[in-house]
Amino acid sequence: MDILGVLQKLGLESGFASFFLTDGGWKNLVMIIIAFVLLYLGIVKKFEPLLLVGIAFGCLLTNLSYFVGQGANALYHPEIWAAFLDETSPAYHSYGAVMKQAGLLDFFYIGVKAGIYPSLIFMGVGAMTDFGPLLANPKSLLLGAAAQLGVFVAFFGAVLLGFTGPQAASIGIIGGADGPTAIFLTTKLAPELLGPIAIAAYSYMALIPLIQPPIMKAMTTDKMRKVKMVQTREVSKTEKIVFPMVVSTFVILLLPSTAPLIGCLMLGNLFRECGVTDRLSDTVQNALMNIITIFLATSVGATMVAQNFLNFNTIKIIVLGLIAFAISTVGGLCGGLVMYKTSGGQINPLIGSAGVSAVPMAARVSQDVGRKYNKNNYLLMHAMGPNVAGVIGSAIAAGFLLSVFG
Amino acid sequence: MIDLVNISVGNAAGYALLGYMVVFFGLVLLMCVIFAMGKIMHKEKPAAAPAAAAPAAAAPAAAAPKAEPAPGSAGDFKLYNTDPRDAAMVMAIVADTLGKPLNELRFISIREVKEDEV
Repeated sequence: MDILGVLQKLGLESGFASFFLTDGGWKNLVMIIIAFVLLYLGIVKKFEPLLLVGIAFGCLLTNLSYFVGQGANALYHPEIWAAFLDETSPAYHSYGAVMKQAGLLDFFYIGVKAGIYPSLIFMGVGAMTDFGPLLANPKSLLLGAAAQLGVFVAFFGAVLLGFTGPQAASIGIIGGADGPTAIFLTTKLAPELLGPIAIAAYSYMALIPLIQPPIMKAMTTDKMRKVKMVQTREVSKTEKIVFPMVVSTFVILLLPSTAPLIGCLMLGNLFRECGVTDRLSDTVQNALMNIITIFLATSVGATMVAQNFLNFNTIKIIVLGLIAFAISTVGGLCGGLVMYKTSGGQINPLIGSAGVSAVPMAARVSQDVGRKYNKNNYLLMHAMGPNVAGVIGSAIAAGFLLSVFG
Repeated sequence: MIDLVNISVGNAAGYALLGYMVVFFGLVLLMCVIFAMGKIMHKEKPAAAPAAAAPAAAAPAAAAPKAEPAPGSAGDFKLYNTDPRDAAMVMAIVADTLGKPLNELRFISIREVKEDEV
């Protein structure tokens, strides 16, 4: 019995040896450290923990199990997905070919690739969202539109930095501040950038309370921030029931590429509002949302393979993402300032920054900043209008980019 | 035919501008639809009111005169999904927080905001 030979074989096959013996194995070590940092941010700093913990652990699992040239035991295989997208490969667009060699996280990733998870997450978002503030004040939709400025400025910036059109579109959508939309669009247009884009989108969404207030203070005066808005009208149940049908019909006819996102968002909302599907609404809001979040987060994290992630493009994406978020906030505030002027000072411009869709964090930031300057000011419900308008706005922006570059 | 993969800076600027305009166009149209929807729904309400009033008039209980508001009262206010006991507590807390007597405050409505709505 060759004990030494067996031990040597085990040693050489171990991940520890692969860090130093495999080409680029040290990069896995760096990614593992990045995964630990992301876990720290999710668990200790509570940065979008429901997603970041799953993303970080997916990243950890991928980089523990996949080394270039040693993919037999890997949970995620980037080369399978490269072949899936390669028109000259026999595995082109073949889920059968993927399943033959897939690891656990490859199976999870099929749901991302097919656009299933982001759409189902949108269904959950719809079931959790009360569109009442938007119905009470439809002008909020203008703020939701204005706050998409960062999407298109970041798209242009990405082209300037040398990204291709589809890649630039995927980077730009980070400015929509909407994780599922960013994942949906990136999977369709630039799947190789999914890891950094998802990380940038969710990290900046978690950082909204830090990113937005300085911009809000810089663009508004004390007098503007103190404006108390009048109570919005009460919205009838019928309006809330008709709303998802009207939006689905109208937006999908206008931009058919938005159908998966808008369709699921509005179906979830109809479950919530129609009053006869409470069980479905409850399932979509809780059980389904949680299950999909687990699959989505771990499979997105799995795409953070060292060879794809550790490059200069990732840094560019992180910087462009921050610019996109900041400019979207500026766009929303500009819209708020215009409404402040045109309404004769009746509308508090701080609600404009809530037009970036991160629901409900951006609305909470408007409320918090407003209350700092007038402790009797309650802007939350007024800011929820632009906030949910931003969800529709970012889906329309994604639909436009998909129809141009898809 | 424009090369969308290796897109030029000029074309990118054009698409960025067009995209922003499309988002505005879509949401402005949606705003008009929602305004129209609101108008139609609110028009329906007064029309439905007389029909609802007829059976109510027949009911003897409905004949009871409405009680006069208490002295100093600012009139009625609306409760949406809120228990009167909870509403009383909310009003007391607001008055206490603001440091003003309750009879100097006017509440228009109180609505329960669920955890997932904020």
